[in-house]
Amino acid sequence: MALTREQLAQRVAQELQDGYYVNLGIGIPTLVANYVPEGMEVMLQSENGLLGMGQFPTEDEIDADLINAGKQTVTMATGASLFDSATSFAMIRGGHVDLTVLGAFEVDVNGNIASYMIPGKLIKGMGGAMDLVAGADNIIVTMTHASKHGVSKLLSNCTLPLTGKGCIKKVITDLAYIEIKDGKFHLIERAPGVSVEEIIALTAGELVIPDNVPEMAV
Amino acid sequence: MSGFDKVVASYEEAMAGLEDNMTVIAGGFGLCGIPEGLIAQIEKMGTKGLTVASNNCGVDNFGLGLLLPKRQIKKIIASYVGENAEFERQMMSGELEVQLTPQGTLAEQMRAGGAGIPAFFTATGVGTPVAEGKEERNINGRDYILEEAITGDFAIVKAWKADRYGNLVFRHTARNFNPMAATAGKITVVEVEEIVEPGELDPNEIHTPGIYVNRLIKGNFEKRIEQRTVRSV
Repeated sequence: MALTREQLAQRVAQELQDGYYVNLGIGIPTLVANYVPEGMEVMLQSENGLLGMGQFPTEDEIDADLINAGKQTVTMATGASLFDSATSFAMIRGGHVDLTVLGAFEVDVNGNIASYMIPGKLIKGMGGAMDLVAGADNIIVTMTHASKHGVSKLLSNCTLPLTGKGCIKKVITDLAYIEIKDGKFHLIERAPGVSVEEIIALTAGELVIPDNVPEMAV
Repeated sequence: MSGFDKVVASYEEAMAGLEDNMTVIAGGFGLCGIPEGLIAQIEKMGTKGLTVASNNCGVDNFGLGLLLPKRQIKKIIASYVGENAEFERQMMSGELEVQLTPQGTLAEQMRAGGAGIPAFFTATGVGTPVAEGKEERNINGRDYILEEAITGDFAIVKAWKADRYGNLVFRHTARNFNPMAATAGKITVVEVEEIVEPGELDPNEIHTPGIYVNRLIKGNFEKRIEQRTVRSV
């Protein structure tokens, strides 16, 4: 079975480490915050100027001056700090954020990512995504492996305008955990109950299959 | 106004001198920390042909979206513009020129503009549509593109508190682009929630020194929320 959004977030959360500063993108990445392992401390960075993002507010706590990068009302965690946008992106571009998790439309075997624009259809802008992929060493892309119509999102060459070039090394989809190196996808884990053959069929770019492909623990 | 006192009496006075075809830098992230009254004043003045640099362009009928129905904006430089139907219509029809700029690059362009740095190299956007037509250089084995600073004829800024000298304090994430915008305007106009006497703000806690501020006005803010998200108790 393909992973649900929650299971996907759960698998990504296993990549967290104690003491990490983490930037979570909009969508599935946001859900990762719900699965921080017990006893582990991570601090969430929101690129509009907050380090130490807390949970959503109660009705009484709502404050129009306190939002996240998705413009949702949030709270501050204990030990939070606030800063301007230039400082925020200095953190991001300067490589100070330990882990970035973001969504994508397409990823290819050379680590290119397309996530912000579908020409003629969706032109909303890149927000902070280009800065995030350019600045972070440790990036996890989360997305469905293929479109609803079964078209692979793991390609030989991205077809949409790029968000970043050669910057993606890890992709966790609803079917598989894949690493990118030497111009190839490498299958590391598969979703419980999903066969290697299913993954091969939905991966358009060259995929290296090791002898043993363990199931994800979710 | 006298000496260092930056307080003006009216919105007319606050935006006096804004003319057609000028460049305006605006603070704010979404609808958070936007100079609501200054934007409304520009709408009222009917100034046209503006180039606006702002992270977003408001929503239909609020924030910078107010300047769209009368086609007051000719060009917008922004990182994300997805919340606005009239905006999309004008962009698709070519009535509105849109220059999509990565958020961190936009913040740094304003910062640089206010700091006398004409341009800077950044890895953000290398190999993407953002790099088109820009100088590229390899520095210590990595590719970078040259991005030019942004300055404005006017900067419009929202702060929480100010003293009469224009020393500013921002609140929570309503700070966002406002401090950089404040430095990058030939004329910087700030709309605040509260104005106090010089000496009342702790100098240790001032985010933007008054040297950047030309005009100051106390506003009444609606503070509209775009995504009201709550948890159940």
